[in-house]
Amino acid sequence: MSEHVLAKKLYFSVFGALIVFTALTTGIAFIDLGPFNTVVALVIAVCKATLVVLFFMHLKYQTGMTRVVIVAALLWLAVLIGITMSDVFTRHWTEKGSTWERGSVISPYRHAGSTALQLQDHA
Amino acid sequence: MPTDRRRPTLADAPFGAVPVAHQFDDFEQQTTADTFGMWLFLATEVLFFGGLFCGYSLYRNLYFDAFTAGSHLLKVKYGAFYTVLLICSSLTMALGVRSAQLRRRTALTVYLILTWIMGFAFVFIKLRYEWYGDYLEGLAPGVHWAPSSESMEMIRHFHATVPHVGLFFIFYFCMTGLHALHMIVGVGLLTTLLIFTRQGRVTGGNYNWVEIVGLYWHFVDIVWIFLFPLLYLIGGRYV
Amino acid sequence: MSTVAVEVTPTMPEVHYLNADYGWRSWLFTTDHKRIAWLYLFAITGFFAVGGLMATLMRLNLIEPQGALMEPASYNKLFTAHGLIMIFFFLAPSIPTVLGNFLIPIMIGARDVAFPKLNLLSWYIFMLAGSVFMLAVIRGGVDTGWTLYTPLSTTYANGHVLSAAVGIFISGFSSILTGLNFMVTIHKMRAPGMTWFRLPLFIWSLYATSVIFILAMPVIAITLALIALERVFHVGIFDPALGGDPILFQHLFWFFGHPEVYILILPSMGVVSELVAAGCRKRIFGYSFVAFSSVAIAAISFMVWGHHMFLTGQSVYAGFVFSALSFAVAIPSAIKVFNWTATMHKASVSYDTPMLYAIGFIGLFTIGGLTGLFLASLGTDVHLHDTYFVVAHFHYVMVGGAIMGYLGGLHLWWPKMTGKLYPEAWARFACLLVFAGFNLTFGPQFILGYLGMPRRYAVYPPEFQVLNVMSSAGASILAVGYFIPLVYFTWSAFKGPIAGPNPWGAKGLEWTIPSPPPTNNFEETPIVTQEAYAYGPEEAHVG
Repeated sequence: MSEHVLAKKLYFSVFGALIVFTALTTGIAFIDLGPFNTVVALVIAVCKATLVVLFFMHLKYQTGMTRVVIVAALLWLAVLIGITMSDVFTRHWTEKGSTWERGSVISPYRHAGSTALQLQDHA
Repeated sequence: MPTDRRRPTLADAPFGAVPVAHQFDDFEQQTTADTFGMWLFLATEVLFFGGLFCGYSLYRNLYFDAFTAGSHLLKVKYGAFYTVLLICSSLTMALGVRSAQLRRRTALTVYLILTWIMGFAFVFIKLRYEWYGDYLEGLAPGVHWAPSSESMEMIRHFHATVPHVGLFFIFYFCMTGLHALHMIVGVGLLTTLLIFTRQGRVTGGNYNWVEIVGLYWHFVDIVWIFLFPLLYLIGGRYV
Repeated sequence: MSTVAVEVTPTMPEVHYLNADYGWRSWLFTTDHKRIAWLYLFAITGFFAVGGLMATLMRLNLIEPQGALMEPASYNKLFTAHGLIMIFFFLAPSIPTVLGNFLIPIMIGARDVAFPKLNLLSWYIFMLAGSVFMLAVIRGGVDTGWTLYTPLSTTYANGHVLSAAVGIFISGFSSILTGLNFMVTIHKMRAPGMTWFRLPLFIWSLYATSVIFILAMPVIAITLALIALERVFHVGIFDPALGGDPILFQHLFWFFGHPEVYILILPSMGVVSELVAAGCRKRIFGYSFVAFSSVAIAAISFMVWGHHMFLTGQSVYAGFVFSALSFAVAIPSAIKVFNWTATMHKASVSYDTPMLYAIGFIGLFTIGGLTGLFLASLGTDVHLHDTYFVVAHFHYVMVGGAIMGYLGGLHLWWPKMTGKLYPEAWARFACLLVFAGFNLTFGPQFILGYLGMPRRYAVYPPEFQVLNVMSSAGASILAVGYFIPLVYFTWSAFKGPIAGPNPWGAKGLEWTIPSPPPTNNFEETPIVTQEAYAYGPEEAHVG
């Protein structure tokens, strides 16, 4: 619960920062940083989200339990995404040519000549 | 209302007898319970969107070329515009909460209306221009999937396959669609708040209602903050 | 019936929550958590009857190796509907919405839950969900199994997948709102002096259950929405033709699905703690261990979902991790069992019906849990996956465990809810029938599974017939055992002897108020100074 009335100046400063970050993320997308494009974009997104949560949503002035709720939700989402991805990206760790791997339709490492479902290539 | 220039506090807007529901002991318990309840609901929303983010993460890593191609078929100007629009609406929403705390009915009404307009504009422009445009270009899987020759050129440029790009567009429509649905609900909540405000039920001490709707609104904004780079800026726009 | 000696004849208050207001409007528009508990009780009993009817038809069909009653297509629809109804419309709501709704505010010393109107809304959403789902069943049902695996459910199934999915989707919201309500209530509305470690263990387990509702339910919601989208638009993210992965569906489904089964068992474990404490008139041994184990189960339950997918194409390495974590999640459950038995050690145990159900739970849940370990270990799961061993395992924990806990709790708190006593002799008889019938039904299924009979099959090789007939015979006994309480509970509500505030001589805030309680529960907010289960040495001697 917010017992604090925040200054208008604070809200406008956060707003300004968010706009700057948006311009930054859009601008950097037009520069070739290779794989770091993604990293930078996500870091900026996290910064923006943090600003919104801390100041617009008043988390800075909330009890600890609220932080636990947010952290728990994000942590469990990380578990879902992390373990699911670890399944798909370790499917090919078995020996080459084994039925297990050939049976796996979705694998980042499909052999040439694999008997897995052939995807039609229109392009 | 303070006439000097120091920052106003809640002491400047003391509360009289505020209605407290029978199950609560006092106003403070009611507001902390209401706020905590909204944060818990937002936690469920994180997991709700999270399922889509999970699928997105998986396929983006499997078919990065296709996701890059699909991303390039979207228009950055729309994405950036929406982001700015939502950030502005978050500002007006936060200022609205502040007005409610200070029992300023007119200011609150103005901020709520501004937020409402921006939310409505977001949904309207998205559906009427961006989505409809994608549909006309044949980029709507399951509804009208017939990429034009320019789109095919873009897909070939990134060495992607058309079905995988179709997968990208399913995620695009699902994620922005779910987000738009939440915006529509948000606009509905704002409408209710506006009605209550004009009835005088909010600035009489129930400022917490605005805070709670504000929490929901900011959350929807945060989802978009992540959707923008994840959908519109994949692989950079330097090519 | 053994009770603490009372000086006065038990009385009922003149005005209580049941007669404070009359008319259908006072029930359908109530915000009193106790009345809402009754609304749910009637609803879930109805769904239990429907699900039970389907189970009856299935077991009748399995008397003959070639199927005595129906074609496989119909059989498939039956087991799908049986699973979905029993899980989403009976078990998941049972203890939280009936016993939880009734007891949580009382046990923490509050007048009501945090959001009473939301509570009523949850019930209406639940009824809407049930109606939509039953409509789907009546119109022809779904034949994919309750797990709705893709691509069968999205592409090839001819049933009413869309409407069934919508029904379950809606029911998820009911659960989320209930869980949210409970969490805020427990956090914010405890009476003065009711610290976390003075809470009854029933509250701890419902708190853990609510955490799972909040975190797991939304994932099934989005997954069902994705199935619905794929049914409507004929393209989706699970479609291999687009490069989609059907296993992604299973990941999303079981990320919800496994915590869901802990939603089903945790509340029952909380009830058993109460049953054992009241039946032994003794403090639960290792209170904090039992409390923390509820939280641990809730947490670890989210990391074991892949043990449902060992054989479906998941990476073997992910399988290792899931298998190890599945063994780990058994530990907190075992801690509870050890603490309950330690509580019973050297206690004066009164073998009333609630205690009988608790003892039944402890034994049957242990068997169910141990057989889960066979399934958690990769090597044996290769042989047991999708056999009747799995069916027997989960029925031991769900029916032998969860339902017995629910029945025990109903018996323990029936006097509080109605102010009347049920007939103890009939109740014990029904409990024994349930226990015997249950074991005869599902015990042979372990053997059937071990011998290789697959699940979800309407037909089977003739050499399995004896065991199947035994199982069906047991089911008929179980059905009688479940029917009898329906009769005597109804009878006792009208004609039963008056119970008084504390017929069991148990400790806990709920036993300090009249039976039935007044609408606002407490005349003035209690101030808590004692530990939970503060039974002194004098209470250990049963009068």
